[in-house]
Amino acid sequence: MTLDAAAVKADFPLLNNLINDRPVIYLDSGATSQKPQQVLDALNHYYEHLNANVHRGAYYLAAAATDATENARLRVANFINAPADREIIFTKNATEAINLVSYTWGRANLNAGDVVLISSLEHHANIVPWQQLAADKGIEVRWIPLTDDGQLDLTDLDQMLEGVKLVAISAASNVLGTLPPVRLLADAAHAVGALCLVDASQWVPHRPTDVAEFNCDFLVFTGHKMCGPTGIGVLWGRAELLEAMPPFLGGGEMILNVTQEGFTANEIPWKFEAGTPPIAEMIGLGAAVDYLENLGMDNIVAHETQLTGYALRTLGDRFGEDLIIHGPQDLTIRGGVLSLCYKDVHPHDLSQVLDERGVCVRAGHHCAKPLMRLLGVGATARASLYLYNDESDVDALADALEAAGQFFAF
Amino acid sequence: MPGLEDLYREIILDHYRSPRNRGELETPPAHMAEGFNPLCGDEIKVFLTVENNTITDIRIGGQGCSISQSSASMMTTAVLGKTVEEARQVLQAFKEMMSIHEHELDDTNADASPAPQLGDLEALRGVVKFPVRIKCATLGWNTLDQALVEATA
Repeated sequence: MTLDAAAVKADFPLLNNLINDRPVIYLDSGATSQKPQQVLDALNHYYEHLNANVHRGAYYLAAAATDATENARLRVANFINAPADREIIFTKNATEAINLVSYTWGRANLNAGDVVLISSLEHHANIVPWQQLAADKGIEVRWIPLTDDGQLDLTDLDQMLEGVKLVAISAASNVLGTLPPVRLLADAAHAVGALCLVDASQWVPHRPTDVAEFNCDFLVFTGHKMCGPTGIGVLWGRAELLEAMPPFLGGGEMILNVTQEGFTANEIPWKFEAGTPPIAEMIGLGAAVDYLENLGMDNIVAHETQLTGYALRTLGDRFGEDLIIHGPQDLTIRGGVLSLCYKDVHPHDLSQVLDERGVCVRAGHHCAKPLMRLLGVGATARASLYLYNDESDVDALADALEAAGQFFAF
Repeated sequence: MPGLEDLYREIILDHYRSPRNRGELETPPAHMAEGFNPLCGDEIKVFLTVENNTITDIRIGGQGCSISQSSASMMTTAVLGKTVEEARQVLQAFKEMMSIHEHELDDTNADASPAPQLGDLEALRGVVKFPVRIKCATLGWNTLDQALVEATA
């Protein structure tokens, strides 16, 4: 392992506190990550030393707060290798970022009969906005099917691309851990004159991100899954696309001028950031980017790959066929998300027994009900690994699973 | 911190292992209502035959966790053979047990109007200590509520 797991864990106050008199075995980072002290300090520092509204005042504090948020924008841009910081739009989360694209680019550019191609792995956030557009404008939402082991089945890709104006896909599945071939799909989209939007919510926290390498046109992610605060997300888009798109929400900050006759929209990125933005959260996200970069994204990949391999081996050895781990088993095409079905124990009951041992996993449909239907299950119990997890967390999960098996042994 | 034994009482596990009145009824003449728990993906179907204002048959379909399944199973035995009004009283009493704290219920029991005996359903009282699971326990009951509306429309 290239990360010092103990040192990393020490940075996260919640992981060092006792909850209900026992340590927390946190295996739900796919839902939200824990926050390191460095991010908490940045939030506090803003409120204690910089708090003022941004882009509005001529006094020192207002200028300092503005500098801090715009500096965070620059660090986020560098973090995903965006060509310019003005291509970084802050939103409240990835969901809002996708909705921003569907409401502005989608409504301006898509017409009845046009196709948005998505995959069967998508989170509801990358399904429902397109279904809303289908209801409003008569577009078609088309689904890329899956192979038995949870990869995209691209056998008929050429046919699937007919009439497609946008390919909208996740870079990493929040249920199966699958890492679809984003570059291949972006290139295929461009070859038929379509654009490509990447939902990188489960990718950016875990792997180096390069929008040039993806060759995509839009990329969205959320702050709270990457050690940052809640309430902050990011839309990256190519500048020429963002400039041509109509504004999203109307209000302060998004205008250059307002008269009784109408308004003139501001330049990007502020054109899409109506109202007072989440200032502390922007700064907190900047601190999260610094934290991840200091550890090194390549080191994080190495750590998580090693740990995911350990988890697959440990769970496989201890439970054999009693435990189904959905999705690909090949570590080169999967991340550290383990969707589990254990004997006949319902995931909700499983997570309840695990909770008694302080093991936090998510039980449910993971906001991916179409995928659950394809898997033939109503729900799974999902353990998701992150940089602060280590082999002892996996062992605790395995011990808790064994206890659950005994509790529900009929 | 409540323990697992507060939640998974033996009778609950028994109904989970051997659910009563599981299956489907032909609609019509039976009525059917479908319930979803959007949090966990549980789905339940309640099939109901009402004749002369009496529930003469009831079946449960769908899938879910031990709490939702056992609660629905116990519900079927509690309301089968009851009149629609009696069933609604049981439903009301059950939902009250789910939505207020145990000691408050005990305090108010003495001067409350006579509530129907919940019998085995009392085993589900521990669920209120696990607020996330209340939706599991009430899923079948809310679906029964809809099915009764359908059946008496």
